[in-house]
Amino acid sequence: MTKKQSKLEAINLDAYYGDFQALKNINIAMEEKAVTAFIGPSGCGKSTFLRTFNRMNDYIDGFRTEGQILLDGRDIYADDVRVDELRKEVGMVFQKPNPFPKTIYENVVYGLKIQGIKDKKLLQETCEKSLQQAALWNEVKDKLDKSALALSGGQQQRLCIARALAIQPSVILMDEPASALDPISTAKIEDLIHELKKDYTIVIVTHNMQQAGRVSDHTAFFYMGELVEHAKTKTMFTSPKDTRTQNYITGRFG
Amino acid sequence: MTNSEKNRLKDKAFQVFGIFCTFIGLVVLAIFLIDIIIEGVGRIDWDFLTSLPSRRAGRAGILTAWAGTIWILVLSALIAFPLGIAAGIYLEEYAKKTKLSNFLEINIANLAGVPSIIYGLLGLELFVRMMNLGGILLAGALTLSLLILPIVIVTTREAIKAVPRTIRDGSFALGASKWQTVWNQVLPASIGGILTGVILALSRAVGEAAPLIVIGALAYVPFVPSSPMDEFTVLPIQIFNWTSRPQAAFLTNAAAAIIILLLITFLLNGIAVYLRHRQQKKIKW
Repeated sequence: MTKKQSKLEAINLDAYYGDFQALKNINIAMEEKAVTAFIGPSGCGKSTFLRTFNRMNDYIDGFRTEGQILLDGRDIYADDVRVDELRKEVGMVFQKPNPFPKTIYENVVYGLKIQGIKDKKLLQETCEKSLQQAALWNEVKDKLDKSALALSGGQQQRLCIARALAIQPSVILMDEPASALDPISTAKIEDLIHELKKDYTIVIVTHNMQQAGRVSDHTAFFYMGELVEHAKTKTMFTSPKDTRTQNYITGRFG
Repeated sequence: MTNSEKNRLKDKAFQVFGIFCTFIGLVVLAIFLIDIIIEGVGRIDWDFLTSLPSRRAGRAGILTAWAGTIWILVLSALIAFPLGIAAGIYLEEYAKKTKLSNFLEINIANLAGVPSIIYGLLGLELFVRMMNLGGILLAGALTLSLLILPIVIVTTREAIKAVPRTIRDGSFALGASKWQTVWNQVLPASIGGILTGVILALSRAVGEAAPLIVIGALAYVPFVPSSPMDEFTVLPIQIFNWTSRPQAAFLTNAAAAIIILLLITFLLNGIAVYLRHRQQKKIKW
């Protein structure tokens, strides 16, 4: 990990909501084209941390950070960074599927259209490619002009993934992407994560320990705003170093 | 009597009382409508709609009044909608939640409750005297715009608030700016609600006589206004004027004019209901 430059890195990161310190001196480096899972009890700061990577917390009044977040070695909180450029590089999938109340096609190409891309052929090609990457193409190819809201929850979530892929990010953030889905849809999302990590760096927040075990290469355990432990997933689940990690993954609290 | 019997009785009693209350409103409205229709409907014909006002009740028409009402309607909409909707968007999407924005919020809600005649006085001072417009259509429309502006702002905010946070997050996460998110996601999803609210606000403005009388709208206008700089009258003023005459024939005229005014109001409300219905069918979160 030290030889190759890390894809994402946090250095002495503190984050505050007003007077409340949500993240305390986080240091972590994440490898390219690997899946890192964030686990920890509710309110431990893992979602807050995830959202610092694409600066989604910027819209919360009173939120501020200290320290650095590096994407490909560049501080994304630096003054010269444009948030819209950053988000082309770092895509996000949310806990609850949130398709726009528009057609399936419009959902997928939205990110391109707001960049000012009007070339119809390019839009259509990207739409097909993204939906195929998200393993949704076969199910929706005949109804691209139908409302995205008519899809099932699992399909909607894969549509949201396709939508994120369409703008060709290098990192995908996933905030409990399967927690609102049934087991079959969850399995499909997990398979998809396996596929996607060949090309993308993925960071996933999950409450589901088995899921973290199944999909991730590395796991980071957060507790009360601190990063308690960060290790290879296998190592973490078989021989955790910290007793808090051990208690959490064995289900003693959280 | 056991407790559960008592409770059941109370439940029944309230139901009966509730039905009674509902009917009072409906019955009063029905009596009013029937009375007006019996009195006025025979008076409505093409001549009544296309004649100028007259001292003789039989020859008087409401052409200038309804033309003035339509003018006022359109001008007020053109002035109040962009201002109110833009202010609503700003307050809901852009403004930071500070003490100042709280203060603004409370006062906008308060403004919606200020009696319309006060707005008339404001319009008289501001538009008629300070801006020296005189009692013309533009001054009337500006005054009514002030009157409905708070309602437009409040309903715009309510409609925008109903768009889930997650839709905005989705748009931002794809690199959209605030304005792109508002324009492409928030407005399309809330436009039905916004229009419903602002049309209802307009239909309130259409029925106003007091503020327009205060700014100097005339009761007798012998010509149809052809520009916003013309003098004018509106249906409510015409009705008010006719009902204050002693002759019965003028009361018949007033009833007929009331029917026309109600038709305009119902038409506006109908459009609002239709838009809301269409919106609900289109989008289910």
